[in-house]
Amino acid sequence: MSGFITIALIFLVFIIIYQIAKASEYASVIRGEEKVKVQTNRTIAWLLVIFFLLGLWGIWKCHMLLQDKMLPVSASVQGVQYDLMFKATLWVTGVTFFITQTLLFWFCFKYQSTEKRTSFFFPHNNKLEVLWTTVPAIAMAALVAVGLKNWMAFTSEAPKDAMIVEVVGKQFNWLIRYPGQDGVLGKRDFRKIDDANNVLGLDWTDKDNMDDIIAQNGELHLVVNRPVKLIIGSRDVIHDVGLPHFRMKMDAVPGIMTTLWFTPQYTSTEMKKITGNENFVYEIACDQVCGKGHYSMRGTVIVQTQVEYDAWMLMQKSYYASTHESVAPAPGATAPKTDSVKAITMK
Amino acid sequence: MSNEAIIHGPEVAHGNAAEHQGHEHHEQHFIWKYIFSQDHKIISRQFLVTGIFWAIVGAFFSLIFRLQLGFPDSTFPWMESILGEWAKGGKLSPEFYYALITMHGTILVFFVLTAGLSGTFANLLIPLQIGARDMASPFLNMLSYWFFFASSVFMFISLFVQTGPAAGGWTTYPPLSALKEASLGSGVGMDLWLIGMALFVISSLLGGLNYISTVLNMRTKGMTMTRLPLTIWALFFTAVLGVLSFPVLFSGFVLLIFDRNFGTSFYLSEIFINGRALPHIGGSAILYQHLFWFLGHPEVYIIMLPGMGMASEIIAVNSRKPIFGYLAMVISLISITLLAFLVWAHHMFVTGMSPFLGSIFVLLTLLIAVPSAVKVFNWLTTIWKGNLRFTPAMLFALGFVSLFISGGLTGIFLGNSALDIHLHDTYFVVAHFHIVMGVSAFFGMFAGIYHWFPKMFGRFMNNTLGYIHFFITIAGAYLIFWPMHYEGIAGMPRRYYDYSAWESFKQFQSLNAFISVIAAIVFFTQFIFVINFFVSIWRGRRLTNPNPWGATTLEWTTPIHPGHGNWEGEIPEVYRWAYDYKDDGHGGDFIPQTVPLREGEEDH
Repeated sequence: MSGFITIALIFLVFIIIYQIAKASEYASVIRGEEKVKVQTNRTIAWLLVIFFLLGLWGIWKCHMLLQDKMLPVSASVQGVQYDLMFKATLWVTGVTFFITQTLLFWFCFKYQSTEKRTSFFFPHNNKLEVLWTTVPAIAMAALVAVGLKNWMAFTSEAPKDAMIVEVVGKQFNWLIRYPGQDGVLGKRDFRKIDDANNVLGLDWTDKDNMDDIIAQNGELHLVVNRPVKLIIGSRDVIHDVGLPHFRMKMDAVPGIMTTLWFTPQYTSTEMKKITGNENFVYEIACDQVCGKGHYSMRGTVIVQTQVEYDAWMLMQKSYYASTHESVAPAPGATAPKTDSVKAITMK
Repeated sequence: MSNEAIIHGPEVAHGNAAEHQGHEHHEQHFIWKYIFSQDHKIISRQFLVTGIFWAIVGAFFSLIFRLQLGFPDSTFPWMESILGEWAKGGKLSPEFYYALITMHGTILVFFVLTAGLSGTFANLLIPLQIGARDMASPFLNMLSYWFFFASSVFMFISLFVQTGPAAGGWTTYPPLSALKEASLGSGVGMDLWLIGMALFVISSLLGGLNYISTVLNMRTKGMTMTRLPLTIWALFFTAVLGVLSFPVLFSGFVLLIFDRNFGTSFYLSEIFINGRALPHIGGSAILYQHLFWFLGHPEVYIIMLPGMGMASEIIAVNSRKPIFGYLAMVISLISITLLAFLVWAHHMFVTGMSPFLGSIFVLLTLLIAVPSAVKVFNWLTTIWKGNLRFTPAMLFALGFVSLFISGGLTGIFLGNSALDIHLHDTYFVVAHFHIVMGVSAFFGMFAGIYHWFPKMFGRFMNNTLGYIHFFITIAGAYLIFWPMHYEGIAGMPRRYYDYSAWESFKQFQSLNAFISVIAAIVFFTQFIFVINFFVSIWRGRRLTNPNPWGATTLEWTTPIHPGHGNWEGEIPEVYRWAYDYKDDGHGGDFIPQTVPLREGEEDH
């Protein structure tokens, strides 16, 4: 019933607005259309100016309110470069925005139709047109140059001493695999996947798999100031590893291996202090729609000091050992040591 | 078909012309006049009304999912009465949330801003502004509408199937869209989506080929290409883009249909889902994205160009001033069209594509900023020292320019791959494309409707309602989408049903609620336009002057209610370009294209 009344009320409001508008149309005919047109034109010109000024005020207000939230402190070394470039681009586009919008609304007001005014016949001017073809072209060239320099740096090969972690997406969570003490991720095959005891389809005939660790709670543990290379894959549909605090992102595509690398520069504890948020946590957000649980596909990253990391790693059991507990432990599957310095590669 | 054959019907071709001479105004049956009509003006109205219907549906979907985003903890019992099982207890289900965002995108991108926009204005304006009696093939033109109608029927039915409509986003990336196990919406809803879209592609091709051949072959005497109004140039390139890129999308859909139903592996490889490893191996999910975005990016310009053309025309008419840099405007349209085909992979920077390839696409993408900037500066110079009349159409055209600037500038962030990494698939993208190809394109469409409504129906729309519509809509659009940039810069992903579990994103909850409230206000404001539109068809103030805006172009030389064939007697001849807004020597401030050059006057 209340729904019906709401609809009836909305309908009524529309009828009233329409009737007023219609009446103003008749009134203008009675008062003399030309006169009304001149008045309306002046009113609209003022309204445009008011809209513009209110808009500027709104932009200022919005910025004051949200600027602290917009770009959280960069937690990776690469992100510092990113933020610099972002701010430079913001300046270039921001200045262009204010100049062009001001001209647009100022011209609207200044050149509003009056009885005395005649327009200036000005069909073209080569000098002007060349000017505003070349200036944007130069500005774009500069932005492209900065952009490509950073792009090449972000997508370059990971340093040799980077630690390697595999991140695999599935509907709707992340599976994290560490290479264990040999520093090598063993082969996996989607046909060997079994949700009960082989979530990634590790090939047990490959002995590199024996010491591989799959994190129990899906946490991605990283070492501060040590580059990390993520080997990214997917079990089912396309997902995306989004790391907003590290300014990194890469799709997880079934059947295709992708990678990204970065260097975390603050531990989780440091980040809690920097943000002043006791509950702060680095999150992995899925950034490619992957089904009904897409919004809940959340992973966490814990950045630690080397000491903390080593201690945590010592407590981890290899995936083989934890899924084959009843069976005799396989060779090399004892508690893994850390792979702190050894160069590691993916098979 | 020749101009004469169009009017007299096929009998002329069969040699029965003699008995039909002078019978041009015979009464047609309602069905042939208004439903299976071959008159471009009626077909344009059919596209427009269907477009308005779809726009209301698509916008209503956004209202529902904005309620979820703004108020994730509330329930809305009325929702259950509309959506039933999908909103049990008044709480929208995630499955249907994803279906709604998918259909919102599909409907607005394709059914409203492609068919509803190009279909309406290419049909209405091309024959009228180039001086033709009708399209090159009125029959194909009619088919184009009816294929669109059939496509609409399939898409509409898909809303009501038990497993829901397609739910993988309007881009429908496989494997999500290819596997029934992956999502409810990938069931029969996705099949209907694909059938609907395939029919849509056919409609679009029939229309596009017709527009191209009409512009190239049917211009009246004296109407050289350089005398065409910019609307026609823009609609012409829109058609070129569609004809060259829609077939690629179609091929992508065909492969997807095969993967879904016939066991092929074009897009599928190494998938374990629902407790079972699928037999597919060797396909590439990324292949679909290449095929999709090869249309998908030109599609953005298919949506933008008509608005650019109409804004150019409307700004010139209402500034009483020629468009500044006509040739530069045409050249920038050509460069945008060419570049549109060469930038598709900027939607795929984070798919793991080769970084080198990525850098080529960065270069080409940012190159598009140059012709776009030229257009903006030329519009600004057009209103400089003009004599501006603020009709509702003019306001929407100016709003188009303002929004095009705002949305275009954020494109510079996204086109630069290094910056795109962090912004990709966040609310920054949502804000960017809604401002530029959503609201801005809509403003172009509204400008066109307010401006050419007198041509379509012989009556005016109500101005006061037009002004209210304009100010609330532009303020609302900025209030909705401006703050979204901030959410995106903070990394907040798009297409999330609920952010409350996320430490990084739940801080935006009150902002989301604010955006939802404004979105609801703007949604209801659009009904002011809808009512104004439909009531004015029958009750609007009648046109007394056949050229109410004092425009130079040919469409205003027809009678107020033009019949099929547009002009009684001869088609007018054209002697000058479309923008002679200058002293005509008798106190007027414009010279129509049909007026011969005066002595000593130079052609533009």
